[in-house]
Amino acid sequence: MSTIDEKAKEVMDDDAAHASNGKDTGASGFIILFFIIGFTASMVLGWVIFPKLLYSQKQQPFSFNHALHVEEVDEGCESCHFFREDGSFSGIPKLAQCTDCHEEPMGESEDEAIFVEQYVTREREVPWRSYSRQPDCVFFSHTAHVIGAKMDCVTCHGHIGESESSRPYEYNRITGYSRDIWGKNIAGFKKNSWDRMKMDDCAQCHKEAGIIHTSSVQTERDACFVCHK
Amino acid sequence: MKHEQKHNPPMKYGMAIDLDKCTGCGACMVACMAENNVSFKKDESNKLDSITWLRVYKLTNDKPYPNTDICYLPRPCQHCEGHGGHSPCVSVCPATATDYSRETGIVSQIYTRCFGCRYCMAACPYHARYFNWWDPVWPDGMEKYLSPNVSPRMRGVVEKCSFCFHRYQLAKNKAYLDGERTVPEAAYQTACTQACPAGAIVFGDLNNPNHQVHQVVKPDPKHGGKSKNPRAFRLLERLGTNPKIYYLSSREWVRRAGDNYLAHEKTGQVSKPHH
Repeated sequence: MSTIDEKAKEVMDDDAAHASNGKDTGASGFIILFFIIGFTASMVLGWVIFPKLLYSQKQQPFSFNHALHVEEVDEGCESCHFFREDGSFSGIPKLAQCTDCHEEPMGESEDEAIFVEQYVTREREVPWRSYSRQPDCVFFSHTAHVIGAKMDCVTCHGHIGESESSRPYEYNRITGYSRDIWGKNIAGFKKNSWDRMKMDDCAQCHKEAGIIHTSSVQTERDACFVCHK
Repeated sequence: MKHEQKHNPPMKYGMAIDLDKCTGCGACMVACMAENNVSFKKDESNKLDSITWLRVYKLTNDKPYPNTDICYLPRPCQHCEGHGGHSPCVSVCPATATDYSRETGIVSQIYTRCFGCRYCMAACPYHARYFNWWDPVWPDGMEKYLSPNVSPRMRGVVEKCSFCFHRYQLAKNKAYLDGERTVPEAAYQTACTQACPAGAIVFGDLNNPNHQVHQVVKPDPKHGGKSKNPRAFRLLERLGTNPKIYYLSSREWVRRAGDNYLAHEKTGQVSKPHH
């Protein structure tokens, strides 16, 4: 061992001696410079430009003020986002629910004027873009989580109930999925439980809550055929 | 604290199909295809290409008139339990795309995990699995009739009967809302069961003595789930695949057609499983 180490040291010394001769410094300096430039460029391309190209933005039909509505209703989120009698979740409200109050404009806002003119009087459904629509192969049971596990809406959806306007809807150009599924952070880091909605996030929460099923013969864990369809 | 969630006793969903009642009308096949977003091909007579999760076979006793008799046999996925959930297809799947659930006894197929090696198709003794050689195509406008509860499959994956698992998911939703621990018998029924005009198909939990299917089949757990009903048999029962589809018939030749019996062998005898 010691002899090899000594040899290696000699070689390194030799290299250092060559470098210090001054003949190669100019060339290697350029190489290092080009490497740094190339490295920076590819990093910028990958982390800044690519995510911008990957996601496309669309505006909602008009801006919706959640904070204003939550103040007006009695039962919080469930006033508009309720469970149907068959156990399914209603999701984004249909026009009929809104017209209960909005037959005529109730306020002065421009967005409400658009809503009444374009949709209420013409009896057209509002083509909302859903931020948290899961891919087609996913079955998510709201009843299991909200009624069964008594979870808050905020845990997955964040403080959307306090928002005063609708942010633009961003979707992945390749998959067509909403950006909320992968999360804002392109590297996949998250600070809050509502930052992402991937399968990993489902699994993480289930693990933390200690909900371990062993129904799968193949994996001795959760079977796929619980949340997938 | 990690803990395993307390579960209801394991269920074993299964079916009893009375072949003496089946008229071969094919309503179950139609209901199945419509329910599960199964597309159709231009040439449905090409059986290498066509996909039928539930297929009705026609059996004959091969006897000349006046002794000719026929029988129609609907064949969904048999949801084999094998021994401890090791059904033929589950054992060979390298992708964990197909799995056996101890909770429901249903053999699942996850299309997004499947990469189309088709080992499961080779392993399945019942030809219950189908490969998508093409992307599904529906005539213009017909995609609006698709069920949102079932995801359509893409080219290159295997699919099969799921016992209308999405209906179980929806029934569970309702059970949560009603504060019930279990899904009631009537809340979860497959599309074919409900479509059968003759009432030939009975579906439910084979482990639950209150369910009709249990009362009809009377499964005997000591003998690999073999039915105590003398009219009942399972397809290729002696392979030890332990399927959960039970067929009923009073006709001996029909029961005999359920397995490859030698001339001297009697029906209804189950050989011991090979290990």
